[in-house]
Amino acid sequence: MKGTEIIVKALREEGVNLVFGYPGGQAIDIFDALYEAEDIDVVLPRHEQALIHAADGYARSTGKTGVCLVTSGPGATNLVTGIATANYDSVPLVCITGQVPLGLMGNDAFQEVDIVGITNSICKYAVTVRTREELPRILKEAFYIARTGRPGPVVVDIPKDIQQALGSDEYPSGVNMRGYKPNESVHVGQIKKAVSMLKKAKKPLFLVGGGVNISNANEQMKTLAETTGVPVITTIMGKGAIPSSHELYLGNIGIHGSYAANHAVSECDVLFSIGTRFNDRITGKISEFAKDAKIIHIDVDAASISKNIVVDIPIVADAKLAIEKLLEYVPPLKIEKWVSQVMEWKKDYPIHMENYHGLTPEKIIRYINENFDRPIITTDVGQNQLWATQYIQLDSNRQFLTSGGLGTMGYGFPAAIGAKLGNPESTVISISGDGGIQMNIQELATAVALELPLILIVINNGYLGNVRQWQELFYQKRYSSTCLAYRKSCQRNCMDKSKNCPAYIPDFVKLAESYEAYGIRITKEEEIEGAFRYAAEHKNAPTIIECIIEREANVYPIVPTGKTLDDMIMD
Amino acid sequence: MEVKKRYISLYVENRIGVLAKISGLLAGKSYNLDTLTVGETEDPTVSRMTIGLTIDDITFEQVKKQLNRCVVVIKVIDLSGVKIHKKELLFIKVSSCSEKDKAEIFRIAQAFDLEVIDYDRRRVIVQCVKTEGANNDMIALFNDIFVNRIEVVRGGSVAMEAISTQDQ
Repeated sequence: MKGTEIIVKALREEGVNLVFGYPGGQAIDIFDALYEAEDIDVVLPRHEQALIHAADGYARSTGKTGVCLVTSGPGATNLVTGIATANYDSVPLVCITGQVPLGLMGNDAFQEVDIVGITNSICKYAVTVRTREELPRILKEAFYIARTGRPGPVVVDIPKDIQQALGSDEYPSGVNMRGYKPNESVHVGQIKKAVSMLKKAKKPLFLVGGGVNISNANEQMKTLAETTGVPVITTIMGKGAIPSSHELYLGNIGIHGSYAANHAVSECDVLFSIGTRFNDRITGKISEFAKDAKIIHIDVDAASISKNIVVDIPIVADAKLAIEKLLEYVPPLKIEKWVSQVMEWKKDYPIHMENYHGLTPEKIIRYINENFDRPIITTDVGQNQLWATQYIQLDSNRQFLTSGGLGTMGYGFPAAIGAKLGNPESTVISISGDGGIQMNIQELATAVALELPLILIVINNGYLGNVRQWQELFYQKRYSSTCLAYRKSCQRNCMDKSKNCPAYIPDFVKLAESYEAYGIRITKEEEIEGAFRYAAEHKNAPTIIECIIEREANVYPIVPTGKTLDDMIMD
Repeated sequence: MEVKKRYISLYVENRIGVLAKISGLLAGKSYNLDTLTVGETEDPTVSRMTIGLTIDDITFEQVKKQLNRCVVVIKVIDLSGVKIHKKELLFIKVSSCSEKDKAEIFRIAQAFDLEVIDYDRRRVIVQCVKTEGANNDMIALFNDIFVNRIEVVRGGSVAMEAISTQDQ
């Protein structure tokens, strides 16, 4: 059996029926083998970066492992941003890259790069296959590593001569890796210690991160909150861990978190955190973070514990296993005073955009909340993402896909393509800004070709809005390189408030039409419903809804750099 | 936070790119390593590294965790607080030697249990197998006596857990 045939066999054995691929000279043999594999669909995005984001969206929304197949050199390097994106957010991907033949490696051959060397620090594992004999084992290990423990992307670099070489047709049924043994148990002693600390708490709080969503522990998390009566806050990646409408849910924590969440974490006496890395976006000034609290931390990745925040009780375990174990021991807690305090904060300080008139992101997202049943939402990065995380209401996990760790612009639209392919029955809505959508706008061709009825919301303020907001608040309104309406005819450092700006390019509606997609531009609140109805008419093609919003609308609340979480600018 | 010298040993897969992976990991996380030695073990598929770092407690814990999660790392051994044998190979070449200098070098060698492994009319090479700290002392001594005339090559520490209770 040829190397390429064992690759196809591996895909089958691993249950892969969808590959995100872009061919090239050193991958042509693998594509040739897939030509006859009728049970495996190959999707052809228009750029490898979009390709891997699509595989990522597929993986996040389905829980399955996403597979990328690209050629050597530029094909491989175009994956880099997507690999780092998936690595930060613990997304299981197997990225197969073609490589020049073994004999040419190291010779600076045409389209040769050391992709293993390049990606080593941004993936879970990267390996070059050096013999035909080890190919099946390495493929088996790649899938195993990608999806177990803290999931992540794995790069398998396969030289062309190994793809062509004949060898065994046997695909291993298991792995035996001496350097990789994911934790599959829970230390009951630590769980008991945590419970005893929780019982003594007067102001306990659950902080839930993406780990709970990844391990599908949503039901358990809800039960844990309800059993104990302890309020819950989430990170952006943890949103959806319990339903956003749940009465014990206080919102997101962090530099754009809710008042209630940020104040609760600043005042709690026991912070029980599950599946979060305590990233700087959520801690604010780190020395003051949860300063009065004892901290319990469950994470499947030992390296995430006590990395940023010193933890009192560490528990290395999968979130679901750990919560199930906790449920055996936790009692209801008598914390009425604390709960009524945080509920008062929640009621008195909701996040809103009432200071802005007409069409606002809040109104658009509230429309989505009220009119779609469990849609899958993807976002880009910037204000569009922050508004989405603030206003979107989620019922469960795998419903909200966003580049939380790396903050990758251009993620949202291709991720929506992957999500739709994995969930053909679900409504998939991508929320982007006018900046990010242009980073992978070429994927309109893919979405049209595959007849995907995506709803692509482009929140257009003509700025790279999040940076502009920072420039407004912290850089004396010096809008350096953030205006996307800028043309050569404009003043160099324009502060023009007369709105005498050149026409925006591109015209998203015409652009959509040129791809045989649909486009509609709205400027008023009253047009929201009509736009979504227009999108719903198109069952076999994507619709761009371009929403022209106030150019200088900001995301509030915001915690300025270096400030503590409860030191927020509210509006 | 107290910064001190620490050693860890790693068993790693013996194959292309593993050394780069480990050194890249340490560099990428901004951990400054003092020494790193690597060599094949009794099992040719496994290499053992000895890494010396001057580092505080919290960062050191992170280093160990980061290394542990590496797929190519089979085992991480923290050598702090463990009885170990630890040695470093050091060569010192002294140039422009007079006869008197050479006699001095031979005397130093005898006093400190060094080995003169090569010499000619004007130059002497001394081999020194001691701990990193003792080697530092030797370099300081030679530097003091033979100012600007010495050339130093050192190999980094290798360490192995002791059988008896004798330390280093």
